[in-house]
Amino acid sequence: MNAGPEISQAFVVCVSAMFTQNILLTYFLGLCPFLGVSREVKTSMGLGLAVIFVLTSTCMLNWLTYHYVLVPLGLEFFRFILFIIIIAAFVQLVEMVLDRYSPFLYQKLGVFLPLITVNCAILGASLFMVIRDYSFIVTIGYGFGSGLGWFLAIIAMAGIRQKLANERIPQGLQGPGITLIIAGLMALAFMGFSGVLQGT
Amino acid sequence: MNGSRTDSRKLIVEGLWHNNPIFRQVLGICSTLAVTNLVLNTVVMCVALIFTLSLSACTVSILRTLTPRNIRMMVETLIIAFYVIIVDVLLKAYWPEMSGNLGPYVGLIITNCIVMGRCEAYGNSNPPVRALMDGLFNALGYSFVLLIIATFREILGMGTFLGISMPYFGGPRWDKWIIMVMPPGAFFMLGIVTWVFRSIEIRMENKNK
Repeated sequence: MNAGPEISQAFVVCVSAMFTQNILLTYFLGLCPFLGVSREVKTSMGLGLAVIFVLTSTCMLNWLTYHYVLVPLGLEFFRFILFIIIIAAFVQLVEMVLDRYSPFLYQKLGVFLPLITVNCAILGASLFMVIRDYSFIVTIGYGFGSGLGWFLAIIAMAGIRQKLANERIPQGLQGPGITLIIAGLMALAFMGFSGVLQGT
Repeated sequence: MNGSRTDSRKLIVEGLWHNNPIFRQVLGICSTLAVTNLVLNTVVMCVALIFTLSLSACTVSILRTLTPRNIRMMVETLIIAFYVIIVDVLLKAYWPEMSGNLGPYVGLIITNCIVMGRCEAYGNSNPPVRALMDGLFNALGYSFVLLIIATFREILGMGTFLGISMPYFGGPRWDKWIIMVMPPGAFFMLGIVTWVFRSIEIRMENKNK
């Protein structure tokens, strides 16, 4: 088995998931925590890191379950339930492990972990990887790239919102309104990256 | 009897306006915003959401005395997933093109925060019929805002409505705003719609004072 082209494909998928096909700004996944938690850079950083980790790992786990359990049994329609159970169980497990072995990390990321189970970006990435028929190596690249893209977007948004705190915004536009318009501008900016991957 | 009637009126007004899922609670926009570039897709998605939200709120409410408190979230998720699978299987069987268009977004109704939010906030502590009403009108309040967004996006971006060419916007004199059918357009539209509705609300509140 020759893994060379697969690894380079994984790299391309990773970069495109980060920028041109950003899971948040192009597919609108994980929008609720994005609007709710992006008030401060510090908390966004914690949530972002937790998302990168959980997204990459659950994508891999879900790929393995889908291809080695569900497909042989012909139970593909069952994937929604199985994926969400795997995600919830994984998050719970990570929380327990962190609590036991690394109080420092637990303090940093612990509060965000329960939030992640209902983050649609996690389930969305798993469903996309099934629909697009990625191989295992490509799935790793895709999961990591999507997580990193989400992380970048929420950090940038938190930075902008901290600056906005002292600005005068029309009353009706405060809160979600202005955040959505900023997200639109950010989506435009991220679309500018589409030239990067033209050659491939 | 009179009491229950004012009760249901209150549920309707709350779901459609005062507590509207989109511009008040700002919940559950993730999975549906993506399909608002065409009105038809939005309609199908909204019907799926109305079905899932009202029935799962009702089911959660029926099972509320039987569910142990600490695994409540998991049970709710499974109930929601059950209804979503029904929708997905039906769509795949009878309308494969639409199922392809919507891609993973039907499945993502499971993690749509508004479904979980209503089950948790209302279904969990109220009788089945009222939970059903609450779910139904929240879903309707959600759908009407999304349909406004989809209408604007399709007309401005493609010059069509439900695939039919519109008189002025479909013609050569209208330079199509392609950006409206692309992702940034959805963010802008939702931002503007939120702004308009909130301003109306603030104005109404000031008048009442």
